[in-house]
Amino acid sequence: MADQSIPIGGSLDVTPRDHERVPLLDRLHEWVVTVDHKRLGILYVLYALFFMAVAGAEALSMRIQLAVPNNHFLQPELYDQFFTMHGTTMVFLVGMPILFGIANYIVPLQIGARDMAFPRLNAFSFWLTAFGGILLYWSYIGGFGLYGMGNAPDVGWWAYAPLSTKPFSIGPTIDYWALALIVSGFGTLGTAINIIATTLSMRCKGMTLLRMPLFVWLMLVVSALTLITITPLTAAQVMLLLDRNLGAHFFDAQAGGSALLWIHFFWIFGHPEVYVLVLPVFGVASEIIPVFSRKAIFGYPAMVAASVGIAFVSLGVWAHHMFTVGMTSVSNTFFVLSTMLVGIPTGIKIFNWLATIWGGKVRFQTPMLFCVAFIFQFLIAGLTGIMLAVAPWDWQLHNSYFVIAHFHYVLVGAIVFNIFAAVYYWFPKVTGKMLSETLGKWHFWLFLIGFHLTFDTMHFVGIMGMPRSIYTYEANRGWGHLNFIISVGAFIQGIAVLIFFWNVIVSLRKGKEAGNDPWDAWTLEWATPSPPPAYNFASDPVVHSRRPLWDIKHPDDPDWKYES
Amino acid sequence: MDSHSIAAQTAEPAHLEHEHPAFLRHHFENVAQQREAATFGMWLFLLTEIMFFGGLFCAYLIFRNWYYPAFVAGSHTLHIWAGTLNTTLLIISSFTMAMAVHAAEVRHRGPLLRWMVLTIVLGCGFLCVKAYEWHDEWVNHHVPGLNFSIQEFTHTNPAYPGDKPLAPDMAEKTQIYYSLYFVMTGMHALHMIIGVSLLAILLIRARGGAFTNGHIAPVENFGLYWHFVDIVWIFLFPLLYLISRHQ
Repeated sequence: MADQSIPIGGSLDVTPRDHERVPLLDRLHEWVVTVDHKRLGILYVLYALFFMAVAGAEALSMRIQLAVPNNHFLQPELYDQFFTMHGTTMVFLVGMPILFGIANYIVPLQIGARDMAFPRLNAFSFWLTAFGGILLYWSYIGGFGLYGMGNAPDVGWWAYAPLSTKPFSIGPTIDYWALALIVSGFGTLGTAINIIATTLSMRCKGMTLLRMPLFVWLMLVVSALTLITITPLTAAQVMLLLDRNLGAHFFDAQAGGSALLWIHFFWIFGHPEVYVLVLPVFGVASEIIPVFSRKAIFGYPAMVAASVGIAFVSLGVWAHHMFTVGMTSVSNTFFVLSTMLVGIPTGIKIFNWLATIWGGKVRFQTPMLFCVAFIFQFLIAGLTGIMLAVAPWDWQLHNSYFVIAHFHYVLVGAIVFNIFAAVYYWFPKVTGKMLSETLGKWHFWLFLIGFHLTFDTMHFVGIMGMPRSIYTYEANRGWGHLNFIISVGAFIQGIAVLIFFWNVIVSLRKGKEAGNDPWDAWTLEWATPSPPPAYNFASDPVVHSRRPLWDIKHPDDPDWKYES
Repeated sequence: MDSHSIAAQTAEPAHLEHEHPAFLRHHFENVAQQREAATFGMWLFLLTEIMFFGGLFCAYLIFRNWYYPAFVAGSHTLHIWAGTLNTTLLIISSFTMAMAVHAAEVRHRGPLLRWMVLTIVLGCGFLCVKAYEWHDEWVNHHVPGLNFSIQEFTHTNPAYPGDKPLAPDMAEKTQIYYSLYFVMTGMHALHMIIGVSLLAILLIRARGGAFTNGHIAPVENFGLYWHFVDIVWIFLFPLLYLISRHQ
């Protein structure tokens, strides 16, 4: 393995880690007060995995409820709470924290920095996000509702007015929802500011913008998108809180307010939010696919341009969620066209990933398997997206399971698959141990089969007319068998995730030693020991191309000879 | 070691031996990088603030288009002198803050402290006038949800005899105007309170000479925040107070 010969200024702390014996309480204290970007990154990921298990359990309960017609496994009120909490949790407490957590760990390493620009802000952001999540789930305990109505938010993750206003949602549950998201939103803003400032002012010598790894580029774009989109939602949530608690009338249509205004506010945030979740995993794919195809990424400048383009266009497509509210035909046409425009830069990306694999010496290890599945599933998700972007088609299928299938194809088929890829890829760097390939393959194939059973089938019940958010359905609808298949698929996915957790636990204890550079990769994080020491680099690295480790490993044929 | 390998140079000796200013954090290369990152971070934060107030302004724009007569009637109940006074106070406070940043730059501790105190006083003055105005709204039953009465708007306003009384339907919509008034000035006042508190903390640190040794980034960045809050008010004043005052 080439890692011993890499002349990187490595460990500042030369004592071997295994011999440190610190009392448990001290170690916990260290983790609570830490401002180290690597520890905070790990905290983010663990926090997100915890909530992934919680929201996954909620999803499985809903699938038991829907598996057969006329089922009463859950109370109807509980069912409403579960789909609300499932959506809110997965977006705000799983998706964003896990991606920002990975970025927290990886971005400073990839750009050759010692830490994030604002370490204390970093810790502050994490704890805000964490307490936001706790606040949301506290509503199960603290949020008393009407008698027998339960107590968690139960209005969908979009919380449309007027359902979310006081007359229709008595009790403080929506207030919990709004406050929790405001708090965790501030945390996200802090991290986004941190990532942008770090990327733009902390890069090591020679790391020009067009030599940055694509993961860093994508995180830069995502952070900018976050900064622009989160606070309009905060403004709307402040207005909603005032409506509910102080008698303002912003969203109260009877007193002259506008429920439609809430929907606009929500999707001005909500649609770019999808891109906030999916762009980082584009970055992950752009790191993993070249390494496992043994080729440099195809069309690097086009990839950068496409990322910026997607982010830009995504700011102007929000009302495609609203074709059925009755906009003018001019608005409809605008949002149809702008939505279809997204297909161009995304198409460029898919083309470039395929072109990277083309003619490469492909190694189908677990991270690559997840990435390959990602490419095809994301393509299908994009195609159903184009279908739904056509306003008349959307009028037919709005709020049906077809829509659920479409966005879960993005959120699970693209994002979750690539989050798993990222964990398999970077786990050796973070812990010094390899994840088991055997368990990894079991995880991948089971998850793939379960995913397709569930979400392919959802398209069909959607076209057959099954609406979203329904509690149960009659037997004569003809949806029964398909729903049973969907639920079976969900449980297969659940088993796959349990195998993943098992893999993490087993590999942490007796996994193979990873060494510095187990994948023979090319970016700077693989030049440091695994796990990297405090402050990462004893001296600042100097890079001369997009693949600094390639240059070192192949001094006869370095990249900087070819990159202009 | 050839010139094309990573980390060809040894670690910066100055950094290891602590021959750098005490305020330089270890993960930064040098003071310039630290200052650049901090200022840049502040500008990014202000971008999110613009988007936040942008959301409120957007709601304002829509409702004002729909219920213009109610907005005119609501606006005419505000004290124009109070708004003008507050605008003046804030503009002066922006000047004193700019002078504080200048004092920090030229490392004069005495003037720095004086300009900071003056800024705090002006900020508090603004908040006092605001509190007086809110109290006035309360007394006149202009607070939606708590004690609102449309009576005043269904009759002629003696201060603006030219304004026709509103139909009860439109008069109800003045509640939307007041909701916007309270959320916008309220959010602005919250930013002012946070600003004054932060400035008080900076003042305590400045007494110990923390910002007159070349480490001006905290004062400078706070200045950016303060000017931003000032600019928000510059927009709020005409939007809320000056609707159709020429009648």
